[in-house]
Amino acid sequence: MSARTVLHEADISRALTRIAHEILESNRGAENLVLLGIPTRGVTLARRLATVIGEIAQTSVPVGALDVTMFRDDLAQHPTRSPRPTDIPSGGIDGCTVVLVDDVLFSGRSIRAALDALQSIGRPAVVRLAILVDRGHRELPIRPDFVGKNIPSSRQERVNVRLIEDDGAEEVTIEA
Amino acid sequence: MRHLLDTRTLDRATAVRILDVAEDMSDTQSREIKKLPTLRGKTVVNLFFEDSTRTRISFEAAAKRLSADVINFAAKGSSVSKGESLKDTAQTLQAMGADAVVIRHPASGAPQTLATSGWISAGVVNAGDGTHEHPTQALLDAFTIRKRRFGAESRGRDLAGITVVIVGDVLHSRVARSNVWLLATLGAEVTLVSPPTLVPQNVSLWPAKVVYDLDQALAQGPDAVMMLRIQLERMNAAYFPTEREYSRRWGLDALRVAGLPDGSIVMHPGPMNRGLEISSEAADSPRSTVLEQVTNGVSIRMAVLYLLLAGERDDERGGDQ
Amino acid sequence: MSETLVITGAQLLGAESADIIVENGVISEIGAGLSRSGARVIDAAGLVALPGLVDLHTHLREPGYEASETILTGTRAAAAGGFTAVFAMPNTSPVADTAGVVEQELALGEAAGYATVQPIGAVTVGQKGERLAELGAMATSRAQVRVFSDDGFCVFDPLIMRRALEYVKSFDGVIAQHAQDPRLTEGAQMNEGTVSADLGLAGWPAVAEESIIARDVLLAEHVGSRLHVCHLSTAGSVDIIRWAKKRGINVTAEVTPHHLLLTDELVRGYDARYKVNPPLRREEDVLAVRAGLADGTIDIVATDHAPHPSENKACEWQAAANGMVGLESALRVVHQSMVQTGLIGWEDVARVMSAAPARIGRLAGHGTPLEVGAPAQISLYDASVAGVFTESDLHGRSVNSPYLGRDLPGRVEYTVHGGVVTVAGGAVVEELNA
Repeated sequence: MSARTVLHEADISRALTRIAHEILESNRGAENLVLLGIPTRGVTLARRLATVIGEIAQTSVPVGALDVTMFRDDLAQHPTRSPRPTDIPSGGIDGCTVVLVDDVLFSGRSIRAALDALQSIGRPAVVRLAILVDRGHRELPIRPDFVGKNIPSSRQERVNVRLIEDDGAEEVTIEA
Repeated sequence: MRHLLDTRTLDRATAVRILDVAEDMSDTQSREIKKLPTLRGKTVVNLFFEDSTRTRISFEAAAKRLSADVINFAAKGSSVSKGESLKDTAQTLQAMGADAVVIRHPASGAPQTLATSGWISAGVVNAGDGTHEHPTQALLDAFTIRKRRFGAESRGRDLAGITVVIVGDVLHSRVARSNVWLLATLGAEVTLVSPPTLVPQNVSLWPAKVVYDLDQALAQGPDAVMMLRIQLERMNAAYFPTEREYSRRWGLDALRVAGLPDGSIVMHPGPMNRGLEISSEAADSPRSTVLEQVTNGVSIRMAVLYLLLAGERDDERGGDQ
Repeated sequence: MSETLVITGAQLLGAESADIIVENGVISEIGAGLSRSGARVIDAAGLVALPGLVDLHTHLREPGYEASETILTGTRAAAAGGFTAVFAMPNTSPVADTAGVVEQELALGEAAGYATVQPIGAVTVGQKGERLAELGAMATSRAQVRVFSDDGFCVFDPLIMRRALEYVKSFDGVIAQHAQDPRLTEGAQMNEGTVSADLGLAGWPAVAEESIIARDVLLAEHVGSRLHVCHLSTAGSVDIIRWAKKRGINVTAEVTPHHLLLTDELVRGYDARYKVNPPLRREEDVLAVRAGLADGTIDIVATDHAPHPSENKACEWQAAANGMVGLESALRVVHQSMVQTGLIGWEDVARVMSAAPARIGRLAGHGTPLEVGAPAQISLYDASVAGVFTESDLHGRSVNSPYLGRDLPGRVEYTVHGGVVTVAGGAVVEELNA
């Protein structure tokens, strides 16, 4: 199986920095901002974004995790999944600008589930979506607000994101 | 997980997984909107051949919070009045489209007979069968012990090294049996305390010590003391002479509770006979986990229903995404 | 009248080969190279010839429970198992506690023709354990009852048991006790032991059987009477019988095929095919009863054939009926558990499954050796084959057998009942030539 690297360590870092600036620009600052990562790697990316934003805006941004397993619509097609913890920052999400963070955007179903999950937790004022890699093939009308890189792919290919904190390596590869 | 019939055959990995999923379920229960859409479209039937409002309501709440449809089926016990047979009842439920059957039955082994008979394709959850097992009770008990001990750090942990004393009518207790197997699987040390008449004649192969003297067992400073409900009818079958004698020798009174180490908890599956096996001081003290056990029961049952119904039905692997 | 048979090359009690001639219902000649013109020839090469088996403990369910079995279907099952005589237990409806009912059973057995049905009379009226039934009337009836039992229930009241033991002396009768202390076994579901502790099923302790046997052998000694113990199942019971016999007490005992082979471990899984009274016991008990049968402490094998309709077995354990069918499988199970293990030989099989049961039950014309002049009660058994036991091996009305799906050796090829072939080529004969 041939795997080619589409993003190296430096690419990922630059992409996150750019996304952080874009979030601040769109939000006109860091007020009311909450970053919620979708486990597993979305959480890692959310934490990194929070750090970068924090450095730029000189303020701390609440970060949390939003597990969407219970809200998926495709559970019956797969072996039983174990949920991951959901960790909502103590300030909650009501009236906030919630930025959902995930590593790969594909069919869009995870994000739809995330929107349902958010609804059971509270009522954000605004919800945005930040994605490291958009590989296309959407099945629902979902689009990201902030994208690291668009990577055209065929359905059969697999896009793998590896991050130091989770995988001990830092790269995005695509394989047949 | 295809069925949950007992804890005796539950391996450590699956048991810990159930406890961990229950943590997630427990978290959602503290939100404003407690409902999850996960089991929407699934039908859970509560097939209760024994009266039990508490357990039935707990399963009903668990199913509804996962958006499953619930059907409550109260059936007559077939051992007493030859009413509709278990087979016919089961096949009726199958025809109704049950995805899971939660069964409580006075005959030990009835859930296993149901699960292995080929009469239904639904998943079977044992909500208590005769004097055999009550697996969700043991799971919620283990969850409670773990939560009290490790708090927010509970995920992934077992109960290695934790000491548990179980007191009461072990002979007739499905709660005791399920707890003995599960606690041992999770690494806890179990001591059973009971009058000699209320311990099965041969428990030499059980992973538990048997002791007749409650004070002797409590002197070891156990982490958890679990009191079992004593049924007064046992007095008439000569298992013990009087309530008074039972209470004095095997009841958890104020003095015994006070002697427990800090951090030790007092548990009871309910309903309690206040003043008989457990004093009010014990039941109402901060050590008591009686009410938490009820709350945790819903989380555990949500976890069990989720693991039984959410994924591919025939899957035994249960892996992660 | 019955046909003339020439049985060639049979191994008499598994030993020497010989030809057997049956004429007019009697063995008329045994030798080599025999023939008779116009006779039916049965090629018995390689088959073990046994005297027709006699079962001292069968439940034929008629009158009253014909949904489970009738005398016709039960005796067909008996023939398929190599039996030529069965003793029918009295727990019918009405209970066989009067001359009228036992004579009816006898007549039905004669009409069916597959095996001789010898009725057993109840000890007490309705088997309630309170008043003696009219034992004398049953003894002098056409049924000539000699064995009396309340099987299914224990004759628990020691005074009633004493009186019964004394009373039957007047006609050489015997009381066959179902040894089970009812107080120690209230609600019991399976053997009390490690398995019952795990399964949460109420236990049936061995002592509930042993304490009754101990009492009864002492009573029999005191009043000078004979006693027979039904379906003995525990190591302790074997010890008590051994002690009693050594003391000269006139006691006989039986063991079922299932107690020679199966243990209570099978109850795990709650499959009610394994629910029986007395219950399946531990491995140690199986080994002890095997040794007891081998050394003569236990006198006979008796099937305790107990048919039940499927709805009484396809249910939760507690609601299920006690009992297993056993006529068709008995010889094969004894073959596997006692002969193949080297504990007994075929001549012992003839003793414990034919001669001794007939003697204990005082049944003339059965249990006789394979010799000239004896009534033609013969079973021809192929000990060289083996196969999975399936429902097609069952010939009664019920299928509650614990051996379904299990490998068992042997096959009954022919059964001859009083000169009439009831089983030929392994199949039950539909129209009897009698």
